[in-house]
Amino acid sequence: MRVDSIAELARLLRRRELSSVELTRECLQRAESLQPRLNCFITLTPELALEQARTADLRLARGEGTVLTGIPIAFKDIFCTAGVRTSCGSRMLDKFIAPYTATAVTRLQAAGTVMIGKTNMDEFAMGSSTEHSWYGPCRNPWDQGRVPGGSSGGSASAVAAGIIPSALGTDTGGSIRQPAALCGITGLKPTYGLVSRHGMVAFASSLDQGGPMARSALDTAHLLTAMAGFDPRDSTSVERPPGDYAANLPGDIKGLRIGLPAEYFQQDLDPRIRAVIMAALQELEKAGAVLKDVSLPSSHLSIPAYYVVALAEASSNLSRFDGVRYGYRCENPRDLMDLYCRSRAEGFGNEVRRRIMIGTYVLSAGYYDAYYLRAQKVRRLIRDEFKSVLRDVDLIAGPTVPGTAFPIGERSNDPVSMYLSDIYTVSVNLAGLPAISIPAGMLEGLPVGMQLIGDYFCEERILQAAHAFQQLTDWHLRTPGDQG
Amino acid sequence: MNTRWETVIGLELHIQLATRSKLFSGAATAFGATPNTQACAVDLALPGVLPVLNEAAVRMAISFGLAINAEIAPRSVFARKNYFYPDLPKGYQISQFELPIVARGTVELRLPDGESKAIRVTRAHLEEDAGKSLHEGMQGCTGIDLNRAGTPLIEVVSEPDMRSAAEAVAYMRYVHALVCDLGISDGNMQEGSFRCDANVSLRPAGSTTLGTRTETKNLNSFRFVEQAIEYEVERQRELLERGAQVLQETRLYDPDRNETRPLRSKEEAFDYRYFPDPDLLPVEITPQLIADIRARMPELRKTRAARFVERYALPERDAEQLSATSSLAVYFESTVARSGGDPKLAANWIITELLGALNREQKTLQQSPVDPDRLAGLLRRVGDGTVSGRMAKQVFEAMWGGAGTADEIIRSQGLEQVSDTGLIEELVDGVIAANPEQVEQFRAGKEKVLAFLVGQVMKQSKGKANPQQVSQIMTAKLRG
Repeated sequence: MRVDSIAELARLLRRRELSSVELTRECLQRAESLQPRLNCFITLTPELALEQARTADLRLARGEGTVLTGIPIAFKDIFCTAGVRTSCGSRMLDKFIAPYTATAVTRLQAAGTVMIGKTNMDEFAMGSSTEHSWYGPCRNPWDQGRVPGGSSGGSASAVAAGIIPSALGTDTGGSIRQPAALCGITGLKPTYGLVSRHGMVAFASSLDQGGPMARSALDTAHLLTAMAGFDPRDSTSVERPPGDYAANLPGDIKGLRIGLPAEYFQQDLDPRIRAVIMAALQELEKAGAVLKDVSLPSSHLSIPAYYVVALAEASSNLSRFDGVRYGYRCENPRDLMDLYCRSRAEGFGNEVRRRIMIGTYVLSAGYYDAYYLRAQKVRRLIRDEFKSVLRDVDLIAGPTVPGTAFPIGERSNDPVSMYLSDIYTVSVNLAGLPAISIPAGMLEGLPVGMQLIGDYFCEERILQAAHAFQQLTDWHLRTPGDQG
Repeated sequence: MNTRWETVIGLELHIQLATRSKLFSGAATAFGATPNTQACAVDLALPGVLPVLNEAAVRMAISFGLAINAEIAPRSVFARKNYFYPDLPKGYQISQFELPIVARGTVELRLPDGESKAIRVTRAHLEEDAGKSLHEGMQGCTGIDLNRAGTPLIEVVSEPDMRSAAEAVAYMRYVHALVCDLGISDGNMQEGSFRCDANVSLRPAGSTTLGTRTETKNLNSFRFVEQAIEYEVERQRELLERGAQVLQETRLYDPDRNETRPLRSKEEAFDYRYFPDPDLLPVEITPQLIADIRARMPELRKTRAARFVERYALPERDAEQLSATSSLAVYFESTVARSGGDPKLAANWIITELLGALNREQKTLQQSPVDPDRLAGLLRRVGDGTVSGRMAKQVFEAMWGGAGTADEIIRSQGLEQVSDTGLIEELVDGVIAANPEQVEQFRAGKEKVLAFLVGQVMKQSKGKANPQQVSQIMTAKLRG
């Protein structure tokens, strides 16, 4: 049984050909058997999952529920779940159990999804490989010697491995789209403000956005429909009438204008990746889309601007982990300073400490203007360039990542090369735009992802194009198992 | 050679706003609850929870701005002030930095010598309070109570416009009365609702540049502000006069020893790494909102005092005294309305008898056993001559003790003034008959004895006879 299509599973569940309990048992069994090899999960919740599955079966038996009722799901371990540990991949929160549940999770639970566990991630979402986890690295099901990408690597790997049909990730600079690309699945970062951040442990508040990860655009549309919407507990969430993102799929993409930024296809892009993306774009062209050359001249500034803004916010957001009220506390502190220093030094991993130090530095007296303020100016510039291009085209397309999954350990001692794998994704977060990564082809047995960026709150248009592409191709249906 | 020094003072006032819930969470703000029972996930800074601005606090800050004729920023921004401290759960305080909600106001003071002086207010911004560290009864450990964490404050920063401790206290008192009047703070200084940091420096008289200042923190009474400033002025003067330098530093006032002590120097000052809080949107204030708040604002002291002079023909001094707080002003106006009589009489009774009694028993106006209704009842009887002024004081004391209304007391204790001419004539005749010697003296021109004779009548009437009437009748009989 393939458990990777929400739409298909929902049909089986409604016809009572499959019960949610059966489906959930299957997912749990796969999760447990693959855990030693892939390490996708930080916590599995079999008892809770079966309880939720039984409730879902009762709803289904009464003919109630939504397309998501009874569908197994896993949440990146950054989403707080009342009663179940939320570690954020960190020793700091190894024993932390929140007394509240993230709004996005609450909404998916109300829709009837079944949580089977919490997925592995780079500590506090800081990383692009899921190697920086207190619980050990997660692996890519396409090649277990390679990273799944990150920081939502556990969610991407679990969906790609066929453990679960759906998962949630968060995306601050590409943490949904980059692992989706490296694992060959579909991952959507919504417009900033569309999905509530309440209950999502903050990395960089002005950039963080939760989003769905699944096999197909249609499935991510179903998940987004349940997750999105105004939340009074998040001041940055946007009041908009609720929409059904799956209702208008497939849409017509005839005449859809797709812009190809010159900067995303320049000489330093691996020509083989460029070839995969160009081939994928030609499929869209055949379906009636119109390709246009566009330019986003400040793209090269996005990585430095992103790392200043994101780390400045992170250095402040992570101050609350001080060993005083909850979380890791060092043994026998001598005094207050010792308590702070050792709790944070021992509780945080290297990458988190590095980022806190950089973030603290760029906000310091004398450096603020040169770094933080200048980065904010670059951010406005990048946003304005996107806005201007999106007046002429409906979507912007390009590779999600400049390469495929890299070997575990290859970049862990070279943070800058790690940061550069986010080169095509961070500018989208700086602008607050929605974007999707969809499987666009294969290179040497590894998936290649294509990114489609849309205008603010134009998730539906992005999903229509992605769905149209997935009607024409089968890249999104490929799984690591196919190769035998 | 003796230099004359000019004292320069600027104050920062931290004023707790009287909202029911906190600035960014739904937890209650009531004082005195069991530690950590009024701290929700947001106040505890658990991961993933977010601040949501309390609109009532914004309205209160705006009404303060309007009351000091300040500019209300159409767009203000919350910023994070980053530092580590155990009672600061997030590791940062949400405050306002570059764009405060209120800027450039003025306070018109009347100084003790009767002169008036304008003090400029640089800014007033919204911020959240920290929790409290508890050291007593903790067996050598430090306890943290986060009930206060997140309570809304406005920080009101003045220009260095004050020139003496007395001026600083006058300014502080003015702002204190103002926020109480506006109903935006309970002003309770023991509970920390109204705290002051004082910036003090000295410069040679006539100089226009500012000297090096010190900041003395956390002064929570008018007296401490006065004493701390006076101490600091003396300390700095002594340093400067022997050619030493004042260090720019933060100091702490110790009221037990009446001295200030250094807390941290400029070099040790924190780098707060302020930046706009990305969890909160800028606060946009529309002219409609400002108009709405202005329309609902209570009458302020100055306007009220002017109105009292105008409407009730009170002397300026009485009018100012009765307008000092809105509750006293309301008391006065309802007493006048209910007594239907002379406002000046009501003013005198409130200022002398009522405030005297409250002061004597350390009670607040709200705790007064005599309400405007009862006081008006007594003033009606004074007005229509039922009781004499002296008797009225006796009735007031009885009312204060809870003996009932003025009429009930007058009736039960038989305190009505006797104005029955026949009765008074009888008593006068008796006194004349019994004191021939004094009568003789009076008739011989020694008119002073009249008081003695009238006193005798009053004594025999047990104080109830109308003294004017007694005096008239006595004089007539002696002359006749």
